[in-house]
Amino acid sequence: MNPNLKWKALFILAVILFCLYFLFGYPTFPTSLAQVKENFSKQIKLGLDLQGGTHLILQVQVQEAVAQETDTTVDRITTALRNKNVHYDEVRRADDTHILVRNIDPSQYSVLSDIVGTQYSNVWDMAPAAGETNSYTLTLRPGAIAAIQEQTVTQSLETIAQRINALGLTEPTIQLHGRKDNEILVQLPGVGDPAEAIRVIQAGGQLELRLVEDPATYPSVAAYMAQHTVLPAGTELLPGRSENRTSSGASDTGEVWYVVSRAPIVTGRDLRSAVETRNTTNPGTWQVNFTLSPEAARRFGPFTQQNIGRNMAIVLDHKVNSAPVINGRIDDSGMIEGNFSQESAHELALVLRAGALPASIKYLEERTVGPSLGADSIRHGVQASVLSLIVVMLFMLVYYRLSGGNAVLALILNLVILLAVLALFGAVLTLPGIAGVILTIGMGVDSNVLVFERVREEIRNGKSAPAAVDAGFDKAFLTIIDTHVTTVVSAFFLFLFGTGPIRGFAITLTIGLIANVFTAIYVSKAIFHYHLTKMDRQAELSI
Amino acid sequence: MIELFKQPNLDWMGKAKYFYALSGILLLAGWTSIFFGRGIRYGIDFSGGTNVDVRFAQPPNIDKLRSGLAAQGLGNSEIQSIRDIASSNSNEVLIFVEGKGQDELALESSRAKVLGALSATYGVATSDKPDFNSATTASLAAILTEKDPLFLSVNAGDRYRQLARRLLDYRDKNANGILTSFDELTKVEGVTPAVLGAIKSSFSLGPFAIRNVEIVGPKVGAELRKQAIFVTLYALGGMLVYIAFRFEWVYGAAAVLAVFHDVLITLGFFSLLHFEISLTVIAALLTLVGYSMNDTIVIFDRIRENNRLLRKGTFADVVNKSINQTLSRTILTSGLTFLTVLVLFLMGGQVLRAFSFALVVGIVVGTYSSFGIAAPLVVAWNRWRGRGVAARTGPAAGNKNRGSESVAGRLAPAGRR
Repeated sequence: MNPNLKWKALFILAVILFCLYFLFGYPTFPTSLAQVKENFSKQIKLGLDLQGGTHLILQVQVQEAVAQETDTTVDRITTALRNKNVHYDEVRRADDTHILVRNIDPSQYSVLSDIVGTQYSNVWDMAPAAGETNSYTLTLRPGAIAAIQEQTVTQSLETIAQRINALGLTEPTIQLHGRKDNEILVQLPGVGDPAEAIRVIQAGGQLELRLVEDPATYPSVAAYMAQHTVLPAGTELLPGRSENRTSSGASDTGEVWYVVSRAPIVTGRDLRSAVETRNTTNPGTWQVNFTLSPEAARRFGPFTQQNIGRNMAIVLDHKVNSAPVINGRIDDSGMIEGNFSQESAHELALVLRAGALPASIKYLEERTVGPSLGADSIRHGVQASVLSLIVVMLFMLVYYRLSGGNAVLALILNLVILLAVLALFGAVLTLPGIAGVILTIGMGVDSNVLVFERVREEIRNGKSAPAAVDAGFDKAFLTIIDTHVTTVVSAFFLFLFGTGPIRGFAITLTIGLIANVFTAIYVSKAIFHYHLTKMDRQAELSI
Repeated sequence: MIELFKQPNLDWMGKAKYFYALSGILLLAGWTSIFFGRGIRYGIDFSGGTNVDVRFAQPPNIDKLRSGLAAQGLGNSEIQSIRDIASSNSNEVLIFVEGKGQDELALESSRAKVLGALSATYGVATSDKPDFNSATTASLAAILTEKDPLFLSVNAGDRYRQLARRLLDYRDKNANGILTSFDELTKVEGVTPAVLGAIKSSFSLGPFAIRNVEIVGPKVGAELRKQAIFVTLYALGGMLVYIAFRFEWVYGAAAVLAVFHDVLITLGFFSLLHFEISLTVIAALLTLVGYSMNDTIVIFDRIRENNRLLRKGTFADVVNKSINQTLSRTILTSGLTFLTVLVLFLMGGQVLRAFSFALVVGIVVGTYSSFGIAAPLVVAWNRWRGRGVAARTGPAAGNKNRGSESVAGRLAPAGRR
C-alpha cells in the first residue's frame, strides 16, 4: 500500500472509532448490549416532539411592572408633598409612563423640583404640562423603562425556574426566547402532568396581609358607592368570596367586596416558609400554614396586639382569600384556609415559597406531546427510515455491484458521523431534524451515483480502471461541491432567520452535508484506491 | 453492468412548450383551488387555536362528542377522525378549536373546556379511583410503594419506580397509550398477581387518553407564518447569489424560478388534497427546495462542462446532451429518494403524513422542474438575447464562447482533465 493511502486509512479509521466511541462507548465504557443502548440514548437527545413532554412559550407582561413603578412614584410624591404642606390639585398617573402634577402653588414649585431632582433625577424627567398653568408632567426615561423591563423578565425567569424546580421534574429548560426580550421558553420533557406545571407557572403568588377598614362587606362596588359615595383615604375595595361555607364547602358562592387598607402590613417577601397541612376544623380539606421572617414578626406582633377584635384580610393575587378576626397577638405564623385539595394546597405553598411574579404571565403557545404519540412517531419514523435505507442499499449493491458496497459503507458512515456530531454539539433530534437526515441521505446517495455514473462513462470511453476512477471522482467533485455549498448556503439563512424547528433542520442538514463530502469523496475514493492496488491492472472494475 | 439507459438521445428542449403547458396546468389547478376552492389549510402553528388529540378505547361516537363539546360552548369546533393506515382503527380523534378572534386567555380556557366536555361525555362517572391511562410514573410509583404488593424491604421506592416506568412504557408503547384491560399488564416484566391486584384496587381505566395538546396564540401564529415565508425567500435569495457567482446570473435566476415553481405546485397539491400546513411541512418544503436545487445544479454543471467541450451544435443541443448524459443519474437518485419518502408516507403514521406528502410531491416535481423548467428557461433566455444581439454565429454559439471563457477561467484551478 502506498504511504499516502496508509495515512488516509488511518485518519478515516480514527474518525470512525471516535464517532463510534462517542455514540456508544461514552460516558461509561459498555460491557453489555444494554449499556451500549443506554449510552446511545443518553448521547442522542430527542426533542419534545419525539420524546413527549410540554413546550410552553410565555410572555411576561412587562408593561404591568412599568405601570406599577409609576403608581409607586405617584404615592411617594403625594406623601412627600403632603409632608411638606405643598398645595396642589392632584398627582395622578396619566398613563403607564407619565405622571401629571396639577396646579401646584407657584411659590412652592421649588419643593417639587427638589423632590424630583434629588430622588428621581435618573428615572424621571420633569417638564411643564402642555396647556395647563402651574402643572407639570413627569416622564419615565426610556433607559429606566428598559431597566424595569429587563429586571422584570429576569426576576420572572428566576421565579418560574424556582417553581418548576420545586416540582421535581426531570431536566426542565427555562430560558429567554426569541428576539423580543419578554418571552420565556419552558420545556418540560418526559411524562408528567403539564396542567400542574402550567398552573404553578401562572399562579401570581402575591400574598399580602392587610387590615380590613370597614367591618361590613358589600355585594358589589356599586353597592358600596351607593352607601358611602367615596372611599376613605388610603383604602381600596377588593373582591373576595363570602365566608359562609358549609362543611362540604359547596355553597361558597357569591362575591363580596371588602374595604381594606392600601398598604399591606406583611407581603410575600416576609415569608420564611409555607407548608400545606390538613385542615383540622374542616376534615378532608387542606390549608397552607406560613411563618414570617423574624424581622416581619417584630412588626406583625405589635400590629396584631393593637388591632385585636378587628378583621385582617389575607389577600392573594389581589383577591381576599379570607378575612379572619384577630383574636390575639400573632407573631410569626398564619394560615390560608379555603376549599383546598392536597394538590392545590401543595401548589399554593410551593408558589408562595418561590415568591411572587413581578408581572403577570400570558401563554403564547403550548404544546404537549403525550408519551404515546412521541413513541408512535419514533417507532414509525425509525421503521420507515430503516426500511427505506435497506431498500436503497440493496439497490445500490445490485446496480453497482462491489462499488455499491462502497456506497453503502459511505452512507452508513455518513449517518454515524452525523449522529456523533449532533451528540457532540448537544443538539436534539426532532421531527424536522429527521427531515434534514432524509435530505442528507438523499444527497449522499446522489453523490455516490454521480461519481459512479461518471466512472462508468469514462470506462465506456475506453479508459483503464484506475484512470476512470480518478477522472470520475475529479469530474463529479465540482458538481458535488456546488450542490452541497448551495444547500449549505440556504441552511445558513434558515439558521440565521429561523427559530426552533427550522433551526433544527438547518443544523442537521449542514452537519450531514459536511459529513457527506467526507464520506462520499474522501472515504469512497480511498476505498477505490485500495481496491485498485489489490486488483489486476487489466481486470474490469466491478461497478 | 446493469444500465437503465444505454445512450439516451432525446430532444428535451424541443418539448419545452409541453413542459411549460404541464406546469401551467398544475399551477392553475392548484392555485385555483387555493383562491377559489377550499384554500390552504393552515395547521395550528399558523392559524392559532387549540388542538387536542384524543385516543379512545372504543371507537367514539362523533355525534355524541360533538354535542358534548357544544354543551361547553365549543359548538364550532372541528372534529376529525384519525385513521391509521397501518392499524386501520379509528379510535383517535383530533378536536380543533379555532383561535381566530380569541385572545390567549380564551385559548387557555378552551383546553379546559375540551377536557371538561370529554370527561362529561365519556368520563368515569362511577369510580373515584384515579385513571390509570393518565397516571404518571411518580403517582403510580407512590401508590405501588404504599401498597407494597411485593413486600420489598430494600430500595422499595427505587424498585417500584422502575416497575412503574415499565408499566407505563407498556401502556404508551405497546398499548398505544390506552389500556383497555388491566390483565394485559401481566405481560410486563415483574408483574405478579399481587401487583396486578394492587393496581386494580387503586386505579380505574379511563375510556380515553389525551395524546397531544397544542395551543398556539393568534399572534404567534401570524408571526410564524411571516417567518416561514421570509426564511424561505432569504434561502432562495442566498442560493441565487451563489449560483450566479458560480455560473452566470441567468442560471441562478432560472434555478430559483424552477424551485419556486416547485414550491407553488406543492402548495397547490396541499390545497387540492386538503392536507394541513404545519411547521414540519415547512421543513419538508425546505427539504424539497434543497433537493430540487441539487438536481438542477447537476444538470447546469454538465451544461457548463459541455459548453467547453462541444464546439458543434446549438446551445439547445448542448443542453439536450447534458440532460441525456445525466439522465440515468437523475432517474436513479430521484427514484431512490422517492422510494424513501414513499415508505415514510405509507408507514410513517399520522404525525409524518403531511410532512412526507410534501416530499413525495416535491421530489417528483423537483426532478421534473430541473429539465422541464430550469434548463428550458436558460435556453429561452439565450435565444432571446441572441435575437437582440443578432450575432452572425447565432445565440447559442455566442453564449457558448462567453460562457466557456468565464467559466473555464474560474474553474481552471480545480484541475479538470
